[in-house]
This record gives sequence, structure tokens and C-alpha cells, in this order.
Amino acid sequence: MKDITVAEVVAGIKSGDISCEELISGIYERIERSELNCYITLNRDKAIEEAIRVDKNREAYMDKRLLGVPIAIKDSISTAGIQTTCASKILTGYVPPYDATVIEALKREGAIIIGKTNMDEFCMGTSTETSYYGPTLNPHDHTRVPGGSSGGSAAAVSAGEALIALGSDTGGSIRCPASFCGVVGLKPTYGLVSRYGLIAYANSLEQIGPIATNVRDTALLLEVISAKDERDSTQIKIDNNSNSNYVFKTEKNGEDVRGLRIGVCREFLEGVAPEVEESVWHAIYKFEDLGASYEEISLKYLKYALAAYYIIAMSEASSNLARFDGLRYGLRLDMDADWHTTFSRIRGEGFGEEVKRRIILGTYALSVGYYGRYYLKALKIRTLIKREFEAALRAYDILAMPTMPCVAFKLGERIKDPLSLYLADVNTVPVNLAGLPSISVPCGVFNGLPIGLQLVSGQFQEDKIINAAMAYESSFKVFSS
Amino acid sequence: MIKREEIEHIAWLARIELDEGEKERFEKQLGSILDYFSVLDELDTEGVEPTYHVVGLRDVMRRDEPKEPLSQEEALKNAPKRDGGYFKGPRIF
Amino acid sequence: MKSDVKIGLECHAQLLTRSKLFCPCPTDYHNADPNTHVCPICLGLPGALPAVNAMAVRYAIKVALALGCEVQPEIIFYRKNYYYPDLPRGFQITQYDFPIAFNGMVRIESDGGEREIRIRRVHLEEDPGRLIYKGTIDTARHSLVDYNRSGIPLVEIVTEPDLRSPKEARVFLNKLRSILEYLGVFNGDLEGAMRVDANISLAGGERAEVKNISSYKGVERALSFEITRQRNLLRRNLSVKQETRHYDEVRGITISMRTKEFEEDYRYFPEPDLVPIRIAEYVPELKAEIPELPDERRKRFIIQYSITPEHATALTYDKLIADFYEAVASEIDPKLSATWIADVLKGELNYRSITMREAMDRLSPDDFVTILRHLERGVITERGATVVIREILDRGGKPEEIIKRKKLARISSAEMQQAIDAVLNDKENTGAISDYLAGKSEALNFLVGQVMKYTRGRAEPKEVRSMLENALRNASG
Repeated sequence: MKDITVAEVVAGIKSGDISCEELISGIYERIERSELNCYITLNRDKAIEEAIRVDKNREAYMDKRLLGVPIAIKDSISTAGIQTTCASKILTGYVPPYDATVIEALKREGAIIIGKTNMDEFCMGTSTETSYYGPTLNPHDHTRVPGGSSGGSAAAVSAGEALIALGSDTGGSIRCPASFCGVVGLKPTYGLVSRYGLIAYANSLEQIGPIATNVRDTALLLEVISAKDERDSTQIKIDNNSNSNYVFKTEKNGEDVRGLRIGVCREFLEGVAPEVEESVWHAIYKFEDLGASYEEISLKYLKYALAAYYIIAMSEASSNLARFDGLRYGLRLDMDADWHTTFSRIRGEGFGEEVKRRIILGTYALSVGYYGRYYLKALKIRTLIKREFEAALRAYDILAMPTMPCVAFKLGERIKDPLSLYLADVNTVPVNLAGLPSISVPCGVFNGLPIGLQLVSGQFQEDKIINAAMAYESSFKVFSS
Repeated sequence: MIKREEIEHIAWLARIELDEGEKERFEKQLGSILDYFSVLDELDTEGVEPTYHVVGLRDVMRRDEPKEPLSQEEALKNAPKRDGGYFKGPRIF
Repeated sequence: MKSDVKIGLECHAQLLTRSKLFCPCPTDYHNADPNTHVCPICLGLPGALPAVNAMAVRYAIKVALALGCEVQPEIIFYRKNYYYPDLPRGFQITQYDFPIAFNGMVRIESDGGEREIRIRRVHLEEDPGRLIYKGTIDTARHSLVDYNRSGIPLVEIVTEPDLRSPKEARVFLNKLRSILEYLGVFNGDLEGAMRVDANISLAGGERAEVKNISSYKGVERALSFEITRQRNLLRRNLSVKQETRHYDEVRGITISMRTKEFEEDYRYFPEPDLVPIRIAEYVPELKAEIPELPDERRKRFIIQYSITPEHATALTYDKLIADFYEAVASEIDPKLSATWIADVLKGELNYRSITMREAMDRLSPDDFVTILRHLERGVITERGATVVIREILDRGGKPEEIIKRKKLARISSAEMQQAIDAVLNDKENTGAISDYLAGKSEALNFLVGQVMKYTRGRAEPKEVRSMLENALRNASG
């Protein structure tokens, strides 16, 4: 998986130069030898079967853009016939009878699902440490976290246990692990990608997004999963077949960033570790070398973003997770008690502590007497933040800032203090509040640990950040994975 | 700080049984988290409309066309307990 | 009528869309096996998203317009969060601050006068699944759940507490049902299609809510029981608590539902997976689609067909009967048609406990026209007509074929005379004849009966009676 792109794999499989069966088997061997714990469930038998079929019938599959490409799927995305757990005890053994829309799109294009990746339980976390199945390790340093909540997906791509992956991002859950693991991760504009089949944590904030080793693969994967879906009422339907045509767009524009105006928001640099700040400034100067320009700006409502984000996310989550009661699926205990008691005990046992904390806080924020002070207030702050971003993005093409305020921290370092973990999201959550697209690309290394540069653009302007990221990437290669 | 009775009431609303240790830890942790959230109180948002939907979509509806449902087997496949074609649950009272 | 009773109703009526409110599952679940009309969305499987059925919205707007309400410019769906086994997501998608409509009114007849019952609001929400238990809700060891009903569109109609008695409540519900059926958005014959929660308070007491009433008779019974219960408490100087009670259909009583220490808090917030929907633009076209409603039709029948108010009411309650009547009355004298449909046909339906819808599988307006025409022309007697109607309802068939088969054609004068002669000459009847001639006029009834028997009912009783009287007068003469 080192330095090979999707385009090369697909071309090789179509021409017969690459044996899909060997490729896929090789991945499973690698996974077996690995101690990273990237996967919760593996799809070995079906994947190899599929790979054999691809090799046999490749002439018939010439139109499939992801033919034979091994992809890892975050375990919060529903896959028919494959266990889907959200890394929670309460969903042990749950096998969905349907595929998420993005999975249907992947299958249409011939991708092969390697397995379901580890994550923070119900996407609640920044380090993949709240998983019922134990943490995933950072491939660059096994004593450190891979980031979260899509830690398994990012680590798998980084370690070559998949070529590409899907994650989901509610407050940074794709960008954070991409940053910590040294890969590329993109959170689409809210409403670009169908959420049908994504097990909901915070519906008004989250999107499924692509993770890959390079920007072009990320863009291609994004294009595939942006298929229009009547089943998601919050998805914008843009003209043309798919919701986007980024590869085409970027082919057209090339990687030209001359005249690109970059906004560098000083609030996003506050409190950031010096090595991270230095690395990000280097990246910005690189853009200058390439013909772009930058200016420092200030977004004064950002200081309220983290609190607003958590209130909204926890409130929605408290309602989204109410369906887990052991009646139709999941954990069930043998008890002789009434409905309410049984139900409460199952949830007490099936949910991890962080999930319980957030459900309690979310319930509190929505309850009589507190709704106006917390939930409604947070939604008003959201309006202010959104407006401020929009104004900034009228004056500038993109905004640039560090993805995370630090490099990957040690396992166990922050998990005992929930608030300290929440504060790590400070640079990623404002983007979800505003519903804007954002990409994290590797921009440096510190003591072997990757640093991520985050680029943000206006609603449905993914092409701007993809273009800029591609320009940066080709001029300054950080990792060869 | 958030009082023990409030936590118990909320835990009831959320139908989550908490053990003693959790209640103790939550008293402290939730208190400090709520303290952090109180930063929102310092901002005057009078006259600001809340954003429920960040993309501003409206009027999305679907046609009244029935489609094939799941089979009874598919529907009950994940049921931890069943009785014939029904999901089986605990008693109500 | 002065009353210290205040009753408000929350009526939930299932709308006749082809698919459910938030998912495309088919809605014809009423006789299906459990859990055969479900999908990831209405089962509450994780990851599934709701999508609004446009026809349900249209139907709900029509209901609001028919009830004289002010339709709102924009509707927003909300989550109502609570836990119950029949609620697969742990919340119900309903409407809260932005419903379909506010402020309507329905007129009902009460104690010889008319009363106006105000409608507070009309909104759309989804039906939960169905909970089944062996025995009663408070003694069953397990619960069984069928989610076929989960997601069926409901229009909820909330009244102000303007109803003053259980009987008024029942009259109101009948009126509401009638209006909904006229709109074509509701079928009251379907099991569980209308469910009612009632709020009832007496002066001096708090409001009690009674849930789980699913029949029109049930409403009257449940409310009567409640009034008695509350009066008894007040009489003993005990307080009537504000609480929720469950109506047990079998035992005809209400049971307290309070099982928990804390009060429920529904934590309403707008459904993040659905967007606001503007509906003002649909009002003009939907208003034009509303047919003549029961009250208007009743008034028109009285004027157009010169029938009595009682007949008009009986004929317009059920739209199918009203349509049937108008089809028949376009060919046969309207007053005759009214009597035969409102009195005779309805009586036969009630006796058989079948609905007009079921009857029309076998009996068409044309059939009825044929029968009444034969009656008008004297081909059959009234009794004969009744026999034909009964035969069609019970076994099907066509009027002319039945008349022939059962020999119902009225007999000729010659045959009539022959029958009378036969009966008067029969030795068995001499006793009755002499009794009559002696002055016992009741004896004539026996003789009439004998003629009817002889002619196998094909004679007209009145004619027989007068011919017999003549014959006997001449005989004694």
C-alpha cells in the first residue's frame, strides 16, 4: 500500500497487471500481523470471494471507478449482512438488513469492503479510547492515540490495512485522526453526502467523509459517495448525476493556486503547541511561494463554539440513542422486571461511561427549564458563528489553520478528564457548526508524529480546498505513508 | 455543581441506571462541564434566530408510493427475544 | 343545559394514504401477520432516516379546512421524547409549535339544540406500534410488539374542553367521523382507525386524562365511569388528582397509569432529519377539492327531496348511504326512497351488523331501483320487497331472478278471489268465520293469515283484509 494510488490500483486490476485476490489477501495477512486493533469486524470470506470474481470478470467491470479497491468502513455506517456495532456493547451482534446509501454507491463502483473499523463509542470521543473493543494504536507510535472518533479508519489507511476508508465527522472525527495519523481526511459540506445508514450521533452536525493517503483519492472517493438519495431529506440535490464532480473539476483547474486568498484566523492559533504552529506557518508560506496570499483575521465568536457544539451534539445524541433498548436488536439481559427497569439496566450496562455522560448532559440541556438556556442558546450562537464564517469566506477563498492543537497524545493521558478531551476539538468543531467543508492534509512531523493542516471553504465549494490541498501536496510531500 | 437528585431525575428521563460510582463521578464532572458551558451566558443573543438547519433546505417531501417492506424474518432477525411473529419484551407494570 | 363537567377530546384518525407517513411501507396492514409491513425506518433501526409523505400533508390540510381551521403558513416536525415498547425510536415524530392549523369549529346537535365545539388545533403525527399482552396490561408477564402500525399517518384533532357530557362526546365523534369519511381521507370501519384520549374534569377537581379509548361506545362508557369515579371522590372530600388513566375496554373501567416517581418531560425539539415545509400555497387547490360536507348535504336533502329532517340526518351520516340514496332518488320517488333506505335498508344492515360498504359488495343502487320500481308498479308487495333485499344481502343475486325464484310476484285478482273462496270454504275455518260474524273482529286477522298462507305471502295484506270483509258481509248479507 506504500505510495500506491487508487488510480494505479484500478488501472492495474483492469489491465490484469495486479491480481485483486493477491491484493486483498495481502491486506488480510497484514491485518493479522498487526497489533493496531484497527478493525472490529473483518469481511474476509466475502471480500476474497469478491476479489476472485473481480479478477475473473474484469472486462465486464471496466466502467467501475473503484474496481477491486480495498476500503475500510467505520463501524457507525450500516453494512447489510456485516455486524455493525458503533464500538458499543449495546449493539453487540447487530447485523443491519440494509446498506447505507454510501455503501450502495461503493458497491456499484466495485470497491471491496475489508471490514468495519474501530471508533469511539457512538462517535463520542477524540481518541478512539472509548471503544468497547479497546483503543486503536497510532501506527506512528503504538503508545499514542490515533485520534478519533474515526481512529480505526485513519490508522488502517496509514498502516496500509486498507487503501481508502470512510469515516464520519461530527466535530472533527475525520480530520482529527487524519491529522494524528498523517493521512488526508475530508469532511464534506453538511448536506452533500447522504446520511441514510449512518448511525446518528448528532444529525445536524455530521457527515460521512473520505480518508485516503493523498488528495486525489480523497476527492474521487468523495465523488462516489455523494450520490443523490431521496431517502435523506437534509441532502441538497445539486444538478448532474452525482452531487459533485471534483476529480473532473480538479483535472480541469490543475493545481493552480495563483491568486488564492487565504485567511489565517488568529483564534485558531491560540493555545496551539509551538511545533504545530511552526509547521502550519511553513505550510502557509509554501502557499505564498506558489502564488497565493494570506492575511490574518479574527473571528470573535469562536470562543463560544466549543460549548455551543457540545450542547447541540449532546442534546441530539440523547434523543438519537433513545432507541437502544434491547427490544428489537442488541444487548438484552435476562431479568424479571418491568419495562422501564429492564430498559434502564440494559442501557446502564450497554453504554460506556462517556456515552452515558453525554446522554445525561444532553437530556439536561433539553429538559424543562433548561431548554432556553442551553439548547436554544447554542443554536443562536450557531447562527452567529455561521454568519461570521460566511463573511470571512466572502473576503477570502479559503481559511487555513492547524487541524489539532497538538500531535497525538499518549494513550490514557486525557481520557480520565472528559473536559480536557473536549478542548482538543477546539479547531474542528466550529466548521461543523457552520456546515462548511474542510480537509486535513499532512504538513509536518514532530518527533515522528504527524501534524495536520486544515483548510476550510464556503458551502459546496469543496473544489477550492481540494484544489489548494492538491497544490500543496504535490509541492511538499510529507510522508510516503 | 449539579445536585445528586438532579442527576437521578435526568437519569430517569434518559432511562439509564447509574451505579453509585458513576453518580459520584458525574456530580463532579458534569458540574465542571456545565461550568464551562456557562460561557454562553455572557453573550447577549437577543434578536438572533436559532439555526436548526444549517443548509436552509425547505419543502422536502416524497410521493405517496408504497415500496416492498422487509420480510418478517428480516424484521425479527436481530430480535434478542421473540414470540412467533412478535418482538417479546418485559412486562409493562 | 348547565353542567359542571368539562370534556376535551384528542382524536387520532388514521389517514388513508398508500404509504406510511415517514417511510414507503404499505399501509394495508389491518389483517396482516405481525411485523410484515415494516422497514428500517418505521422499525427504528439505527441509521434510517424519515422522509415526509406529501399526500399525508395534503390530507391533513383538507381535514383542517373542513373543520373551519386557520391553516398555518409553515409546518415543522418535532420530536416528542418518551419511552414505551411500541415506540421504536424512543421518540415520536409529531408537531408542536408549528402544526397544520389552529382554531376551527364543529357543530353538533345536543338536547334538541345546536352546540359549537371549538377545535384548538389539527396536526400530523405518526402512529406507534401495537402492544399486545395476554390478560390485562397490569397483570401480563410479557409484552408482545407488532410494528406494522408504527409510522401510519395520524391526523390529531384537539378540541377545547367544550363538551358537557359523555353523550355529547359520542355525538361529536360521530360527526367528526362523518366529515373525515366525506373527505375520503379516512375509513372508520378499519379496526383502530380512530383512537381518542379524553380530558375530563368536574368543578372542584383536577383534570384527569383517559387514554386508550378506541371505540365510539367506549368513549361514552369511559367518560361515564370517570365522572362517577370523580364525583365519588369529591363527595368524600377527597381530591381528584391530575393524572393519566388507561381505559380498559373489557372491564369498562379506567386504571391509574402512574408507575413512576417522576413526571415525564417530553423535551420537544425540532426533528433534525426533516426540514420545514411551507403549505400556504396548497390551500386554494385543496379547498376546491373539498366535497359537500354532511351538514350541507343534510340541508340540501331536506329542500331538494322534501324529506323529513330525521330521514335527512339518517341518510347523510354515512357518505356511502347518502350517495346510494341520491342514485336511487334520481329514478324513484325521493320520499319512498328515503323510507326504504333510511328505515328499511339501514334496519337490515344493523340487524346483520354489516356496514354499507360491505352491503354494497352485493347490493347496487340499480338493484335497489329495480326493487322499488316493482313495488311502485304493484308487481311485488312491501313484504316481497323486503324479502328480496334480505336475500341479496345474505346470499347475493339479482332482484328479478329472486322474484321469480321465490315466486314473490303479486297475485292477480282472480287468484286472490280463488284464495279467498278456498279459505272461506275450508271447514277448518268455520269457527273463525262464525266468530267474526258474531262480532269478534279479531277473528278476521286469523282469516287474513290463512289467505296469506295460502298465497304464500304474495297477496297484499290490506287488500286481502278488505276483500275478506266484503266477502263475509255479502255472505252474511
